[in-house]
Amino acid sequence: MSDITAQSHHHIDVREFHPRAHAAIHNPKIRQNFRKAMDGLMAKRKAAFEGWDLETLRDLGANIRLKALSNLPDLLEQLEQKLTENGIKVHWAVDGDEACRIVRDICMARDAKTVIKGKSMVSEEMELNHYLQDQGIEALESDLGEYIVQLADETPSHIIMPAIHKNTGEISELMHEKTGTDLSNDVEYLTASARQQLREKFMNADVGVSGVNFAVAETGTLCLVENEGNGRMTTTVPPCHIAVTGIEKVVPSLEDVSALLALLTRSATGQHITTYFNMISSPRKGEELDGPEEVHVVLVDNGRSSIYQDDELLDTLRCIRCGACMNHCPVYTRVGGHTYGTTYPGPIGKILMPHLIGLDEGRHLPTASSLCGACGEVCPVKIPIPDLLVRLRQESVDGDRLHPAKVRGHGAKRSTGEALIWKGWAWMHASPGIYRLGTGVAAKFRALQPSKAGAWTDYRTAPKLAAKTLHQRMKERGQ
Amino acid sequence: MSSRNIILQRLRNRTGGELTAPECDFSVLKRPDWSTAERIELFEKMIESVHGEVHHCTSDSWIERLAEVLNTRGARNLMVPNEHAIGQAIKASERTDLPELLLYDEPIESWQLHLFNEVDASITSTRGGIAETGSLILWPTPDEPRLMSLVPPVHIAVLNASEIYTTFHEAMLAQNWAAGMPTNALLISGPSKTADIEQTLAYGVHGPKELIILVIE
Ligand code: SF4
Repeated sequence: MSDITAQSHHHIDVREFHPRAHAAIHNPKIRQNFRKAMDGLMAKRKAAFEGWDLETLRDLGANIRLKALSNLPDLLEQLEQKLTENGIKVHWAVDGDEACRIVRDICMARDAKTVIKGKSMVSEEMELNHYLQDQGIEALESDLGEYIVQLADETPSHIIMPAIHKNTGEISELMHEKTGTDLSNDVEYLTASARQQLREKFMNADVGVSGVNFAVAETGTLCLVENEGNGRMTTTVPPCHIAVTGIEKVVPSLEDVSALLALLTRSATGQHITTYFNMISSPRKGEELDGPEEVHVVLVDNGRSSIYQDDELLDTLRCIRCGACMNHCPVYTRVGGHTYGTTYPGPIGKILMPHLIGLDEGRHLPTASSLCGACGEVCPVKIPIPDLLVRLRQESVDGDRLHPAKVRGHGAKRSTGEALIWKGWAWMHASPGIYRLGTGVAAKFRALQPSKAGAWTDYRTAPKLAAKTLHQRMKERGQ
Repeated sequence: MSSRNIILQRLRNRTGGELTAPECDFSVLKRPDWSTAERIELFEKMIESVHGEVHHCTSDSWIERLAEVLNTRGARNLMVPNEHAIGQAIKASERTDLPELLLYDEPIESWQLHLFNEVDASITSTRGGIAETGSLILWPTPDEPRLMSLVPPVHIAVLNASEIYTTFHEAMLAQNWAAGMPTNALLISGPSKTADIEQTLAYGVHGPKELIILVIE
């Protein structure tokens, strides 16, 4: 039986963040698995950037992403034109459902029954696997971590390392139960078994589905970053390759890719580069002896064009999905990826998911942060994540009268009582006489102060009012 | 309206202020002018750190080294390019200590099972290397197809020392990649690996278990 923090896809209520967090915090196995992994990743990232002028490199990363976004519609058209010239078919999807239907239609046109998948977070967003399964098409993950997560009927708990919540023993048991491998803590053996099982699948798959890390407009090139070789298999062995990608992944030139790649792999896993950097620009041509005869790209919007409307929220779209923000997040490290109940967990999830599922559904996400700022400090493209969290918190209570809230489902957390209290607070602070009177009275009657203050005091002691106000003390000192 | 036009229109009619593209200064990627020897040294250090195996050879000695590498591994066969000078030289050497030579001369569909199960090693050319990350540049061709460097458990790559660039940025500019990309281009840095099981490194997960680089100086 799986525990509450590792639920399967079905019926996850994003709003149940608190009970999941509570369970995760009291689950020593989850705590250990994440702590160990995140400590390692942080140290590796630090070492990988040694000798670099990291601030300048991050500035470059941020500028490249901003340059791309500032010209997004034109770049997408250029990309479409180049890809088409190269023989790659381009599709556009307003949301995940439409993207799923496009993939299904391509499969049906080829009478495809089995799909092998490389790692793709956008396909997780689309819940493509379940959709295809419902349509009678088998979809099998080939990235080892994703494969494990799929065997367990779970979702990834980390965007780079999907099975990070499990330790070797748990994986061994899972593989034993589902695929008949021997029980063993030998990672080499487990890996070799998965290699054997999946090689068969690669050979028999009718379609390969992958994600995209960067799509280059100038040459019409799809870039994929990976270590295992499953991405290369997925995009080379089956006769048809479908790449799904968010519309924000486009960059103007290959030169831009060289800088983003330098940031991506070092930020993600502390690798100077991944084993494979796979650049695909066309289906199999005339004389060539392998590679798919058909290549498709599905450009998925799914909320991104809404984020694009607002100057501040736009920064969210700079993300290159490195996962560094979660690796460095004290909240993520303690509660683990599944607690969030969303496709993207951790800081990036907290600023991205409210746009995809609505701020009503995702109301707890922006508050699941201590605003310590670590995420913003490590983000390779300098997304001001803490500022965006504050912005979303405001939007969730409609708290900024000067700037009307824009995110779907805004105001879901607004309570009239709380709004009234803050109104009174503002009024009191705007008039010195009343402020003095108010704090003076509060100090006098401090004995009546309740020791419990809702959820705040579940894990904290309530602050005690001082016997004298600061103003009174200053007066006594004759100042 | 088509989804394409809905999306593009939404992006074009954005409600926020005018967006301007910032200047992008790539000089942070530049490295000092290293000598060939320094580049070789760094390349070797980096690719060995990710489990690549480097052999220094000359244009006279590399086939002998190749034979040694294959023999110590007990390889039953070696897949070679048919037309590339590498394949030509191996075939012309007529060495008896080389295993059976195989060619990738038919579309994959007709012999996929054989490639996946029977080929022990392959040798390919490279279009250069990258010192900073310890990477090989490969542009597969009909003579050296994409799966040649992926499916056999041992991949041997021939790299000319004079073609080791300092950075990826430098290599793509020097080779003018922007002018046009092939069907598939690759950077390969070490054998296939995973850390998906509790961050423990394991090699040869889907691709080669070993990557051997013959550096021709
Ligand atoms: S927000 Fe920044 S740190 Fe987080 S995944 Fe995206 S690029 Fe990486």
